[in-house]
Amino acid sequence: MARGPQTLFDKVWRRHEVSPEGADTPAVLYIDLHLVHEVTSPQAFAVLRERGLTVRRPERTLATMDHSTPTLTAQVFGGAPIALDAARRQVRELEANCAEFGVELLGLTHSQRGIVHIIGPELGLTQPGKTIVCGDSHTSTHGAVGALAFGIGTTEVGHVLATQCLLQRKPRTLAVNVSGGLRAGVTAKDLILTIIGRLGVSGGTGHVIEYRGDTIRALDMDERMTVCNMSIEAGARAGMIAPDETTYRYLAGRPRAPRGEAWEQALDAWRGLPTDAGARFDREVDLDAAAVEPMITYGTNPGMVIPIGGAIPQRPGDAAFAQALAYMGLTAGQPIRDQPVNVVFLGSCTNARLSDLRSAAQVLRGRRIAPGLRMLVVPGSQQVKREAEAEGLDRVFLEAGAEWRESGCSMCLGMNGDLVGRGEYSVSTSNRNFEGRQGSGARTLLASPVTAAACAVRGRVTDPRELL
Amino acid sequence: MEPFTTLTSRTVVLAGANIDTDQIIPARFLTTTTREGLGEHLFADWRYGPDGTPRTDFVLNGPEAQGCRILVAGRNFGCGSSREHAPWALADYGFRAVISTGLADIFRSNCLKNGLLPVMVEESTSAWLIGHPGAEVTIDLIAGTLTLPTGRAVTFPLEAFARHCLLQGVDELTFLLERRDRIEAYERRS
Repeated sequence: MARGPQTLFDKVWRRHEVSPEGADTPAVLYIDLHLVHEVTSPQAFAVLRERGLTVRRPERTLATMDHSTPTLTAQVFGGAPIALDAARRQVRELEANCAEFGVELLGLTHSQRGIVHIIGPELGLTQPGKTIVCGDSHTSTHGAVGALAFGIGTTEVGHVLATQCLLQRKPRTLAVNVSGGLRAGVTAKDLILTIIGRLGVSGGTGHVIEYRGDTIRALDMDERMTVCNMSIEAGARAGMIAPDETTYRYLAGRPRAPRGEAWEQALDAWRGLPTDAGARFDREVDLDAAAVEPMITYGTNPGMVIPIGGAIPQRPGDAAFAQALAYMGLTAGQPIRDQPVNVVFLGSCTNARLSDLRSAAQVLRGRRIAPGLRMLVVPGSQQVKREAEAEGLDRVFLEAGAEWRESGCSMCLGMNGDLVGRGEYSVSTSNRNFEGRQGSGARTLLASPVTAAACAVRGRVTDPRELL
Repeated sequence: MEPFTTLTSRTVVLAGANIDTDQIIPARFLTTTTREGLGEHLFADWRYGPDGTPRTDFVLNGPEAQGCRILVAGRNFGCGSSREHAPWALADYGFRAVISTGLADIFRSNCLKNGLLPVMVEESTSAWLIGHPGAEVTIDLIAGTLTLPTGRAVTFPLEAFARHCLLQGVDELTFLLERRDRIEAYERRS
């Protein structure tokens, strides 16, 4: 059947339709790769057990642990018990579930463990054209290689375990076209924060975003992952970037990428994935990359974001806005620059890859973090940790006065013991500045790794270009 | 899953836009390995002070909120994390429906799988409900209507499949398992 020009999303979606969407039924969508972690899977395994079901395709399923796991070396490698009882139970339960159902687990002490969205690409399991799901909203990260990747709830985790399929309604498409060069000191994080500021936190609802344009083409894979990671913060189910030579270079030779003849065949298939000329998107948004500044959030959702040299906007009569500023202890009209900072967190699935650590280290090398400030550096995976140590980045962080931890979600979400205190200001490279996200009463300002490092040095919100 | 047909209840109103799932159920309660018992932690950081005592200024702690089964929420309620613990907590607390001008995608999908009906309404209906907290309204899923105490009835959209599942109390997993032949056929051809 002849089809008109198709988008990248359309191609991946259609190739995974077990049965298409009908008037009365959603599509049955086949899932190529299911990533599982300890927090959103126990209840799904319990359903399998209750109903006498097995995992349909264990070889398409990979489990790891990242959210509730400790980041202190002694607790990870057994010198000390995991301090949080509930976290210890969750870790043990995932181990038991994976053993019972025959699912491969990169467990707590495994050399390839890490944040689920960091290890998928790192292992080469995340590949163009795949459908990838995980019980985590930042699954959108994997779209950076041209996969259709999205977060699901625990009931759906059970569906995929049991049937390798999901019932889905077809989302709409949104093209975000970015052109021009990013200026010095401006990063992919600043770009995606700008995009979220433009779209708003619900602007992408019901859509899959494709990031397009020469700016996107010029990003390396780590940067593309940072961009796709935060698609969900604009409300989108997924973010995608067409695969190209940058993608293939990144994947070639990774442990679970295809090899030999299979690699050549995969390349042939992948080269057909990019959006066809003339394909239509349901919506399009254009952005000039040269106008993007280093960005920082001031409120309680990622859409409340301004250039670091800017002032907090004034919105008289907006009760939710006033409540957000009251929580943050900030004032409308106030410049964000020089706001005192208590904690800096460099980590998370958004910004804990090797290049993120390198860029922060560039600022911190030969400098000290401000007196009284606490800085936590948490690599995204054990492999990132090893690579960083091999080039001495750990020494840079430690000599600057920061803590150097084992990989995990850590301070991005307050459930593993790494917390920001009540009322404290944290400049964080993670993805969410929601009330209480980093701990009850914690106040989060989201920014790039270089901005976070600059804030750590000065102890105040600082434009990274002053220190680069 | 308990079937959903009609429901009459007073409403609780949380009018703010963009209330995220970290507010509905903070991450520290995600270390549970079951679905039960999350209702007591629903909106924990808004409901309780740092010392654990209920905050009198939070709507769920007021006497008028007790027994309400319908939540009226602002735009983009349930944004952020995919945690199904959010609808589990809402349902465990006693809610069976959330009325809003728009819910976040994953949250909405998670609600449908837990017998929690998402009722999407126009701005004018939402504004009326937000202006009349505690109003007794009736949701009729068979007719697809929401009836206000003024007698005004508005229709709300819901895809046929979700409506069928809620009305019959059937789950999607059964539907998927019944399609095993098609799944096997797909696996053979791909």
